[in-house]
Amino acid sequence: MPVERILATTEATDLLNLTKDIARNELAPEAARAEETGNFPHEKFELLGEAGLLSLPYPEAHGGANQPYETYLQVLEEISSAWMTVGVGLSVHTMSCYPLVEFGTDAQRERWLGEMLGGHTLGAYALSEPQAGSDAGALRTRAERNGAGYAVTGTKCWITHGGVADFYTLMARTSEDEISCLLVDGNTPGLVAASPEHKMGLTGSPTTELVLDGAPVAAERLIGGEGNGLRIALRALDSGRLGIAACAVGLAQAALDQALEYARQRTQFGRSIIRFQGLEFMIADMEAAVHSARATYLDAARRRDAGLAFGRQASVAKLVATDAAMKVTTDAVQVLGGAGYTTDFPVERYMREAKVLQIFEGTNQIQRMVIGRDLAGA
Amino acid sequence: MNIVVLVKQVPDTWSERKLSDSDHTLDRASADAVLDEINERAVEEALLAKEAHGGEVTALCMGPERATEAIRKALSMGADKAVHLSDEALHGTDAVGTAKALAKVVGTLESVDMIIAGNESTDGRSGAVPAMLAELLGWPQLTYARSLSLDGSTVTIERETDAGVTSVRAELPAVVSVTEKINEPRYPSFKGIMAAKKKPVSTLTLADAGIDAGEVGLSGALTQMVSSAPAPPKEAGQQVTDEGDGGTRIVEFLSGKNLV
Ligand SMILES: Cc1cc2nc3c(=O)[nH]c(=O)nc-3n(C[C@H](O)[C@H](O)[C@H](O)COP(=O)(O)OP(=O)(O)OC[C@H]3O[C@@H](n4cnc5c(N)ncnc54)[C@H](O)[C@@H]3O)c2cc1C
Repeated sequence: MPVERILATTEATDLLNLTKDIARNELAPEAARAEETGNFPHEKFELLGEAGLLSLPYPEAHGGANQPYETYLQVLEEISSAWMTVGVGLSVHTMSCYPLVEFGTDAQRERWLGEMLGGHTLGAYALSEPQAGSDAGALRTRAERNGAGYAVTGTKCWITHGGVADFYTLMARTSEDEISCLLVDGNTPGLVAASPEHKMGLTGSPTTELVLDGAPVAAERLIGGEGNGLRIALRALDSGRLGIAACAVGLAQAALDQALEYARQRTQFGRSIIRFQGLEFMIADMEAAVHSARATYLDAARRRDAGLAFGRQASVAKLVATDAAMKVTTDAVQVLGGAGYTTDFPVERYMREAKVLQIFEGTNQIQRMVIGRDLAGA
Repeated sequence: MNIVVLVKQVPDTWSERKLSDSDHTLDRASADAVLDEINERAVEEALLAKEAHGGEVTALCMGPERATEAIRKALSMGADKAVHLSDEALHGTDAVGTAKALAKVVGTLESVDMIIAGNESTDGRSGAVPAMLAELLGWPQLTYARSLSLDGSTVTIERETDAGVTSVRAELPAVVSVTEKINEPRYPSFKGIMAAKKKPVSTLTLADAGIDAGEVGLSGALTQMVSSAPAPPKEAGQQVTDEGDGGTRIVEFLSGKNLV
């Protein structure tokens, strides 16, 4: 069922129409097969780049589209509805450009941003480490100052686009008590991506360890000054979480659409199963979950677009939308019965894909912590 | 090379399409409206011709106010300008009336070398408008093109129908209609979307285009839809159990449907 959206501008309307065309014709038909074989759809990102969809919220001066988050997130939702790997990839790419856009110098933006937003390169965001997941501040990767810049040594893990990214926005320790943000070229010698993790879902998207062994990074690639890395990383996550919320809503909508279509045509006991109140109420709850999650992320996005603080609201949106996606996709499998449990229908995959949304970019326990601390401090 | 592309807004084939109960015309409000896919191919072909030979591409659309979205899509793909014939009195116009109205609008445009249209719209499917338009303009018509090439003042197409493929050539100006085999249309880009907002769209009423209100609309229509019914639901297919004669029976089935 196409989502009826209230869009503020004709360009937003046209962007959403363009996105829906691409999602329907180019993404949806190939998602199941590529996820099954674990093939990363590089060419789909090229296509999005050509269409100008890989840089929507960033300044036009650097090749972006200067679109409000409200519009960008709805584009992201439509893409995720068709193919989660591509939606998450777009969200992570957007997040990995954020530190340079917000905290870089003019000279740095001049030098790198055009290419990063040009539609032909893909970014990754490297914060997590084996011993530093939820406790990101415990990271140990070291960036040691030497003549020309830094030599970076350590192990990052869980890196989305590991091995396929053109650049890594990477957090490393420049001293015992200082974390800094570096923009690392994907071809840097001494940087190696391990083979992808074997995941229960999102199998088209490579998640890898990143091993750095004295990898040289020029001093000009330090973003926002030494010691500001963790703050920059967390700020990027505030916006990133809005992206994950939009991805979650897209996924939940796809599951709901599939469940609804099935429930209308499947008959048991002489009538279509949607006529049984037990199932009808379940589908009504699914709709309520999707609808309220969308409203929640849009509200947070509007706060961001209006220049208001939105970190707490972004955490609320991430928590609400990803929990909704988990519930709705699980219920979609239930609505389809045995068929839902098979790979003949996409809902079992949706259910597997939903799970990770509750885990990355801060687990939902961490979201509650962020929300609670913000309230306690206020 | 100045090319006019006829573009029409139609209900999305992916959404549920209905006719209105009162006059059996299309219920345009009930479905998502999009630029007809076949018109995207017509626009693409016009853009390819422009890219090879220079000139200008004008999208011409007859339709309600809402059709501006379809027009913007043609512009964001790369058409240079658009003309939108929009008038309440056009509601219910049949194929003949449409061709007459479009011919009048083409008459208001300067030096048109070629008109490109889809062979038939996905909603009305009369498939007659391009030919009728050519007739009214007194131009040659090259319909059902699966490929198109331009050489100086002539246009050549490969015409593909159930009867086979023929190569047809005409002097310009001419009307060409294209099939879905002609090309793969490009996607617009964000840049194209922004550029489209600044491109000129002239909106014409019947009076502006010098169209006689008596020749269009439901009252001016030569044909009338007197009743309509939804297509019957698809029936279950026929199963053939192979008892050694499976091959023969499949051929019998196919030839019964004129497929072999
Ligand atoms: C597919 C995938 C892609 C990813 N992509 C990236 C990426 O691109 N870049 C990147 O940097 N990282 C990425 N991550 C890492 C992700 O952000 C971490 O997995 C996440 O932050 C959790 O860290 P952890 O796995 O170490 O779990 P842990 O932190 O060990 O948590 C284990 C459990 O303990 C709970 N817990 C931890 N601390 C607390 C607390 N204080 N209160 C209550 N409960 C707590 C957690 O909620 C969780 O349930 C990705 C992960 C996955 C699975």
